[in-house]
Amino acid sequence: MPSTSYAPRSPMAPPRSFLWSRRIFLTLLTGFVLVPVYVMVSSSLKPLADVSGKFRWLPSGLTIRPYIDIWSTVPLAKYFVNSLIVAGSATVCSVGIAVFAAYAVSRYDFRGKRVFTVTVLSTQMFPGILFLLPLFLLYVNIGNATGLALFGSRGGLILTYLTFSLPFSIWMLIGYFDSVPRDLDEAALVDGCGPLGALIRIVVPAAIPGIVAVAVYAFMTAWGEVLFASVMTNDTTRTLAVGLQGYSTLNDVYWNQIMAASLVVSVPVVAGFLLLQRYLVTGLTAGAVK
Amino acid sequence: MRSIRAAATGAVTLSFALAAAACGGGSSTGGGSNDSPKTLTYWASNQGAGLEVDKQVLQPELDKFERQTGIKVNLEVVPWSDLLNRILTATTSGQGPDVLNIGNTWSASLQATGALLPWDARNFGAIGGKDRFVGSALGSTGAQGEDPAAVPLYSMAYALYYNKKMFADAGIARPPATWDELIADGRKISAKGKQALGAEGSNLAENIHHVFVFGKQHGADFFTAEGRPDFTSDGVVAAVKQYVDLMAKDKVIPPGNAEYAQNQSVSDFAKGRTAMLLWQSASANLKSQGMSEDQYGIAPVPVQSGTPGTGTNVDSMVAGINLAVFKNTHNLDGATQFVKFMTSDAEQKILNTAYSSIPPVKSAQSDAAFNTTANAVLKDTLARSAAALPQVADESQFETTVGTAVKELFADAAAGRPVTTESVKAKLLKAQQQMPAK
Amino acid sequence: MTTTTASAGTGERTVPESSPGAARGPRRTGRTRRIGLPYLLLLPALVLELLVHLVPMAIGIVMSFKELTQFYIRDWSTAPWSGFGNYRISVDFNAPVGDALLHSFLVTVGFTLLSVGLCWLIGTVAAIHMQDTFRGRGLLRALFLVPYALPVYAAVITWVFMFQHDNGLVNHVLHDQLHLTDEPSFWLIGNNSFVALLVVSVWKGWPFAFLIVMAALQNIPRELYEAAALDGAGLWQQLRRITLPSLRSVNQVLVLVLFLWTFNDFNTPYVLFGRAAPEAADLISVHIYQASFVTWNFGAGSAMSVLLLLFLLVVTGVYLLGTSRGRKTADA
Repeated sequence: MPSTSYAPRSPMAPPRSFLWSRRIFLTLLTGFVLVPVYVMVSSSLKPLADVSGKFRWLPSGLTIRPYIDIWSTVPLAKYFVNSLIVAGSATVCSVGIAVFAAYAVSRYDFRGKRVFTVTVLSTQMFPGILFLLPLFLLYVNIGNATGLALFGSRGGLILTYLTFSLPFSIWMLIGYFDSVPRDLDEAALVDGCGPLGALIRIVVPAAIPGIVAVAVYAFMTAWGEVLFASVMTNDTTRTLAVGLQGYSTLNDVYWNQIMAASLVVSVPVVAGFLLLQRYLVTGLTAGAVK
Repeated sequence: MRSIRAAATGAVTLSFALAAAACGGGSSTGGGSNDSPKTLTYWASNQGAGLEVDKQVLQPELDKFERQTGIKVNLEVVPWSDLLNRILTATTSGQGPDVLNIGNTWSASLQATGALLPWDARNFGAIGGKDRFVGSALGSTGAQGEDPAAVPLYSMAYALYYNKKMFADAGIARPPATWDELIADGRKISAKGKQALGAEGSNLAENIHHVFVFGKQHGADFFTAEGRPDFTSDGVVAAVKQYVDLMAKDKVIPPGNAEYAQNQSVSDFAKGRTAMLLWQSASANLKSQGMSEDQYGIAPVPVQSGTPGTGTNVDSMVAGINLAVFKNTHNLDGATQFVKFMTSDAEQKILNTAYSSIPPVKSAQSDAAFNTTANAVLKDTLARSAAALPQVADESQFETTVGTAVKELFADAAAGRPVTTESVKAKLLKAQQQMPAK
Repeated sequence: MTTTTASAGTGERTVPESSPGAARGPRRTGRTRRIGLPYLLLLPALVLELLVHLVPMAIGIVMSFKELTQFYIRDWSTAPWSGFGNYRISVDFNAPVGDALLHSFLVTVGFTLLSVGLCWLIGTVAAIHMQDTFRGRGLLRALFLVPYALPVYAAVITWVFMFQHDNGLVNHVLHDQLHLTDEPSFWLIGNNSFVALLVVSVWKGWPFAFLIVMAALQNIPRELYEAAALDGAGLWQQLRRITLPSLRSVNQVLVLVLFLWTFNDFNTPYVLFGRAAPEAADLISVHIYQASFVTWNFGAGSAMSVLLLLFLLVVTGVYLLGTSRGRKTADA
């Protein structure tokens, strides 16, 4: 992947000591990051007898069997689709709602603003375990009262996860929006846009990198959550985070299949992530408003 | 200004309304109804090699049930890691399945919640009477003196599985019948450079099953007759120590097993890494891992005297799965019909064969499928020398606290720290103090 | 100095420059203000926060005053009130329940401080080292985000695999290949489990710090470095005088959220150790989970959660006050 080129930080070439420190540090860090990834890849290609035996760096024999078996041991495809729907919808909704809320806080003075932001911030401290059961009860009761199937459905999970990422998203976006010069929205207002027009046409485009960062965060929050998913999903709505546990069965831990399935489901996410990451970095420079 | 106050008032009112709604959690306390007579939801536990295997076993039977009764059963196989949580949340909210599998040791704990339909004489009558079931299995369906909270579905018992070839290589002629023999045999096997006995040191339930049986063999119980925890009596301490000493002192359990919690010991046995395994109804597991039946032998779990029986000669817990009806069911008649179907002779034979368990139904037990050598041992154990885990409401807490204590003791043993009567007693005292106050 | 730096910057900052929500005087946009609009914009967020966070938390607080054991969960409005009973048990540090909670709390504090510190340090050092272009930078940057992009279960279970006593990579390397230990060590039980937990947590957590710091570094105008270089400032001085001060506002928020997330993290310890964590790595989230779901005492579990919440509120408040004041004096 070609790296985006921008001028080095200092016009002078960095001193030798810095170059060495960079080489050593980044090599060590790469090793730290890569070893588990290597283990995942190599184990996913080993027969079960190999992975459940003594670890060896080089596989004695390669097999793609795990990649075939993963689909029948657990309904991986279904879990994957569920996770995509849940995490995707939660991300879109979370970002949308956060954009509006952050815009209000960034651009308006109103009573209760401080209360709002402090409350939103404080929800980051809630231990999940404290509201797991109450939330479950609430969903069931709302369901009983209105017929909305919140519990056990993807909808309930989406609602939960989008709210999980909402506080931090709002908080981050306020910062991004604050840094978009107000002159720009003023100009748009003069041009006859309403406040929402100014938001959508001026502020949002200028804050795209921030929005991408927030979206990535919201997606990952929903993608990996285990506790709520284990209680709030059933057979048809189970997500990957809990579904992957199906490879450790009463019989055996299918290490090679766990690794294979983890890789299969991670590849699209990592790829998407990397695409966005490039975009995010270019956005950070190109989208700069001077 | 006013609008803010109005908004604030509105928000507060809304939250109280929602809170009040939630406070009524599970207030649909009715004893079940017949609102939806054409469908049932069934939560099955994971008995086979994987969730999909269970579906393949159960679905044809559920289709059969649908053909017979016109009731469609929606099956969900719930992994063990989630089952108890799912049952708890279902209990709290009243939103659950109609019929469900429970681990039979949970019976009394779940009975105490009042979420399960009690099996009184009338309900038992609807499925052919209580007498159809084996006594030992009925002993693990709820607190004594109360109507059972569930009906036995599959029965299992512990046995000693041993690798014939490894025994022959070590010059051992017959499987050990006493613990001394087991230790002596274990030394012979270790001398050949092999691992002797497998265990699951970090699996709380396994730990409990074993120390419970050791407790029986020392004449000690973990609960008094009134149902109070009594974890620090000399008998219990000796029992727990004897189990952990299999690793700490006798060195027949390899230290690495202290961290096992996901049935790695079964897989070690199947792959010929360990010579012996104490496990419940392992045949189907071993087969699916490629170990054929002629490679291993099955013998009763050792007892101090050498002859399994009752009292201090108990050599297994009554393991198994019970079938329960959720009290909030919307199809009470259908649920009862389904229990009747699942406990019928024909289904019992099919299902217990598939899962290599023993039918808790007397008339199904006589089938030839359950008279093989392997099953004969298990059947005998269940009939003669198995005891049910304490049927007390705190059973679930007991599994957690004492199971954790044993796990920690195994960790000590594995790290080479001494395991003494005092250290065992201290751990058990801590476990007892963490039990709910009465 | 730093404030001007940041706001004169290219306009991208990851986080607000002062504590969130600090309304700073009337703005010029004030004249576009319409009373209703901001509330309308906030409404969806507000409703969701109420539904998913605030109301359930209120219910949770109510639960903490009840004796909510298995005998009452089916209809918990019938559960007897226990006043402060659940709290008394939780903070009675001479009794086993309170003692275990205190132990778990201290373990969590130690773990969180170490984990956050390391995540921040590695993330920042990596970001600074990658500020200049060099061959392969894009590839490395992509690689470094992989741990963050993996599903938690997949990442942690891989570490479980590597930490196994008999067959794991870690013992293979430390014992079999490097001969650093006489005996293979246990990583998933016993005292080493703390180290194992820390390694996994840092492995998973540092890329987030890296991502945020990297984005913040992009906003430091090049002119500042050029001017400093002309003044003869060396690399180290540039780092101390420009880079680190410019990161301060980002760090304030980054460290706080890392702290809160790590403190409340349930997924990592749960996947690593299951429902009964070893004592040395008994993090409070799993501990409370065990108190409520495994021993079926939701009242006690809720009380412990409320105590935890109070602690975090205090810490956050003090932290925000402290760091904001610190910054103001530094800026002056």
